[in-house]
Amino acid sequence: MARLDDSIRSLVRRVGAALGAIALAASVFAGEIPPADRRSGYEFMSRETRAMQDDDTANPGLLWVLEGAALWKGKTGAAGRACADCHGDARASMKGVAARHPAFDAARGRPVNLEQRINACRSDRQQAPPLAWESRELLALTAYVTRQSRGLPIEIAIDGRMQPFLDAGRAAFDRRQGQLNLACRQCHDDNWGRKLAGNIVPQAHPTGYPLYRLEWQGLGSLERRLRNCLVGIRAEPYEYGAPELVDLELYLMWRARGMSIEAPAVRP
Amino acid sequence: MASVLINVPERARRGEIIEIRTLVSHPMETGYRRSQLGAPIPRDIIRRFVCTYNGTEVFRAELHPAIAANPFIAFSTVATESGTLAFHWTGDSGFAVTESAAIVVE
Repeated sequence: MARLDDSIRSLVRRVGAALGAIALAASVFAGEIPPADRRSGYEFMSRETRAMQDDDTANPGLLWVLEGAALWKGKTGAAGRACADCHGDARASMKGVAARHPAFDAARGRPVNLEQRINACRSDRQQAPPLAWESRELLALTAYVTRQSRGLPIEIAIDGRMQPFLDAGRAAFDRRQGQLNLACRQCHDDNWGRKLAGNIVPQAHPTGYPLYRLEWQGLGSLERRLRNCLVGIRAEPYEYGAPELVDLELYLMWRARGMSIEAPAVRP
Repeated sequence: MASVLINVPERARRGEIIEIRTLVSHPMETGYRRSQLGAPIPRDIIRRFVCTYNGTEVFRAELHPAIAANPFIAFSTVATESGTLAFHWTGDSGFAVTESAAIVVE
């Protein structure tokens, strides 16, 4: 009996040591991607899909940009004002704006993403009802504004006010969630470039949102993509505009700082 | 609101083969899907695309439910004379869009 106990004990010890070694190896591989190794999802795509994104006459995202340009000039709301009445030519006034969002909003006391900024402008300045999340109009306006930052580097300013939200976003990225008990980091930091079923796991840099996904047959926001990912790991997705999602967006944009905006991108 | 993107070269030499690319905003709902409540979603697709060059038909396509949303159609024609290329998309529920582009042939 004593011999059996001993052998079980030694087995437990050996298994424990092996698990420890795996954990050590994982901690060596884990951690943020060095700046030189960061790649946009664009680089993982097929030649055909890249060509579709690069050609402005083949990129379906440009249809939303076109609609956004019309909405920009259209007067709306009780104030009867158009975006252009305050902001003028978007090509000048909106240049670089998308590369700075999510940005701190003093009124809310927390960072807001571009969609929330557009809707705040609508309710405060235009006195119009806010546009629904993922509605064609909101996507079109976001695509039009983001398009003005194409090619510019992402610059997220982190100060004392922003730091707690960035930390919360990072914690969400690191947290194991859902029935599959997976953290974002396990796929997108530790296993990028490898395959998940037939697809290459990208690094999850939000450089192209709102983007046209062939799977969606339409344009979608970063929040839609994040909710998709949460469903994929069988977690309960947060509601659109939830603080948790915006914090995660903030962390992802900060993580991709310095990379170029390529919106509206095309992804498979 | 239907929006259209058309790419036609502004200038071409007489007899040159030119490529024309068109992209139109449309959901291309197949008619085979059901809503979350089980009700069938009626078909809503573009049925036909026609391109005329100074009134003469140079290209026509029939579209079917298996074609993806926002159809992209590219084709080529021979630049014969200066004038207008007109594009017509027609489909279910009275969908009709017309766009045109000018071309100068030297």
